[in-house]
Amino acid sequence: MLSGAYFIVWCKSTRRDLLSASGAAVQPYPLQIDTLVKRFGQVTAVDGITLELRSGECLGLLGPNGAGKSTLIRSIVGRVIPDAGAISVFGAPADSAAARNVLGWIPQELALYPRLTCYENLYAFGRYHGLGGRALDDEIEWCLRWATLTDRASHLVNTLSGGMKRRLNMAAGLIHHPKLVLMDEPTVGVDPQSRNHIFEMIEKLRGEGMSIIYTTHYMEEAERLCDRVAIVDHGKIIALGTNAELVQNAFGSRSQVLARFAGADNRVTTWVTQHGGQAVDGAAQFTIEHPTEIAGLLEDSAKAGLELLDVSLHKPNLESVFLHLTGRELRD
Amino acid sequence: MMISAIVRTALVSLRRDRGALALSFILPVTFFSIFAVIFGGQRSGMPKISVLVVDEDHSKISERLTEGLKHEGSLVINTRPVPAKGVEQPEYTAATAEAAVKEGKAPVAIVIPHGFGENPISFGPANGDRPTITLLEDSSDMIAPQVVSGLLQKIAMTSMPDVMAEQGSKYFDQFAGGLTREQRDSLNDGIRFLRERHESGADASDSGNGGIVAVTSRAVLGGSKHDMVSFYAAAIGVMFLLFTASGAAGALLDEAESGTLDRVLSSRITMTTLMLGKLVYNAFLAFLQLVVMFLWGWAVFKLDFWSHIPGFVVMGVFTAFAVASFGLLLASICKTRAQLGALSTLVILVMSSIGGSMFPRYFMSETMQKAGLFTINAWAIDGFTKIFWRNEPISHLWPQVAVLTAIGVFLFAIARRVARRWEYA
Repeated sequence: MLSGAYFIVWCKSTRRDLLSASGAAVQPYPLQIDTLVKRFGQVTAVDGITLELRSGECLGLLGPNGAGKSTLIRSIVGRVIPDAGAISVFGAPADSAAARNVLGWIPQELALYPRLTCYENLYAFGRYHGLGGRALDDEIEWCLRWATLTDRASHLVNTLSGGMKRRLNMAAGLIHHPKLVLMDEPTVGVDPQSRNHIFEMIEKLRGEGMSIIYTTHYMEEAERLCDRVAIVDHGKIIALGTNAELVQNAFGSRSQVLARFAGADNRVTTWVTQHGGQAVDGAAQFTIEHPTEIAGLLEDSAKAGLELLDVSLHKPNLESVFLHLTGRELRD
Repeated sequence: MMISAIVRTALVSLRRDRGALALSFILPVTFFSIFAVIFGGQRSGMPKISVLVVDEDHSKISERLTEGLKHEGSLVINTRPVPAKGVEQPEYTAATAEAAVKEGKAPVAIVIPHGFGENPISFGPANGDRPTITLLEDSSDMIAPQVVSGLLQKIAMTSMPDVMAEQGSKYFDQFAGGLTREQRDSLNDGIRFLRERHESGADASDSGNGGIVAVTSRAVLGGSKHDMVSFYAAAIGVMFLLFTASGAAGALLDEAESGTLDRVLSSRITMTTLMLGKLVYNAFLAFLQLVVMFLWGWAVFKLDFWSHIPGFVVMGVFTAFAVASFGLLLASICKTRAQLGALSTLVILVMSSIGGSMFPRYFMSETMQKAGLFTINAWAIDGFTKIFWRNEPISHLWPQVAVLTAIGVFLFAIARRVARRWEYA
């Protein structure tokens, strides 16, 4: 089954190669995923995902925990064998030596040797990727500088702060200077200051033209870092596009009103449902075409006996899109 | 009330911790059973001691003594080596018997010298030239020579009571001023009775006659307490090597848990390469441990380390290889460090007890000794004993080297197979 799928990918790549030969400057996509399926027992973690990553692009995989993002990433790095579908990295099958050479993976876990220093960790992973000599020294120096850990090179990992460990974890994934980097929630568990530091590191990579897949369940991260966002839920991509495209497709020119009321949640929920809105954390959320509609809603709420605490009007964002598409919040 | 909540919490935790459960209940029961089999079993069937007998005298008396030894149920008497390719081997001589003891074919040899039959009993005036039975001992076996020495005296008494009486009366006649005709006739009747009784097969052990054959013992190898140190260095060393190897291999579990293993396997490193790397590291660590242990034995206990370096290196390398594979197998079977801790404690202590790390295997019944051959400990200890105790050449280590290599390869192959669970999901 897999070989058949690889054949399809090969045909597509070959077609692109032929186009290239005919004068159209087409290179293989950094990443091409075709109808990927992965099941764990009864659970389908990845359910027919098809995706293409463009050269130099940062594509966000946005979805709640358990959506299938990590399984998708692990399939790309060859740590999970798909039940169906195919993955190619710059035209080479995932898990091939060619793919491994150009692929960098930054796992969610702190996958480091805690009793080694920063330098020793980078040296070890560099050797594992086949680097040596001057080339390895140069890469280590670049990684330490990129992660702002040069002055910590000789420090043991288990003496570093959480943010530093995260940065070293990222640097270890880039030691062989890959052309495509997979970042699996690299900011998990870090404070806002460290998170900003990590964002700057990623933006630097983007500036160098590196292709990036970035998984997160933080909408703000996807909005700040990603050219395009794929919203993933229950193993499927339910929406794909730029931030603006996703909002436009889901909401058009409409805005969102959020009203909070005092008192029982049940009454608010009943009232919101009757008026075509959604209850979010006990508040009422409505999508409106024009701000003048707010007055009518507030009047209705007063008639229903609800005591208004505050009301706000805002433009929809990716979180709104996710809620709109799934009926659930991103961090449920 | 609060105490019952604490007890309940602890009980529930214990019930869900299989490793702790195994250590709490299975390990003690297993150990109890092993010790019961090893020591309890001796009452019904003590392991037979193999004894080589060299009869240089070939007198009627020496043949009777040899026959008496053969009838002793706790001894296995061999007067000649086992036939080689169906060809009967010549009888042992003092030299070949000594060589056989040195090679570990038997823990003790009895040499009955020329002229023993003429003057077998040791009491009476010593005239300096009384032939003396020689016991050639392998003192690495602390039990067998002692047992054989005692049994020899018992058998001398029970197998030739008439000889003792005759010898006694002869001395009495010589030094007490002579016997009357009546006294001599009466004494001869008594001696005839003893001879007839022995020849009829009746037990004469309760005759009350005292008498001891003259015996001198000689350790043909391993005579000093320093040599025993090498035995314990190997025995205890191998047991701790096993613990260290399983602990070191447990790094695989830590790496799997932290995600480092995934990261490593996403590089150019394959699972086979990774496991070979771990094997080399664990084997190196084990070898280093042996070096430290034997160096300590040399520095503190006067162990003769430096004159056995080549043999030590051979045994050290192959023992370390087998032990490292064993550790990797345990680690790849287990899912958590806690599981590994419980399983390794259980398996290693059992292996060490039946493999001779806790007490020498010659204490054990034949069945247990055979069971011990399934352990790394037994083969490693045998090899080190050959080098440090028996001073055997390296070429004699081939059975130990072959078995340890086979064990290492076999265990590593299984470990690699089991480790497939880490390769892909």
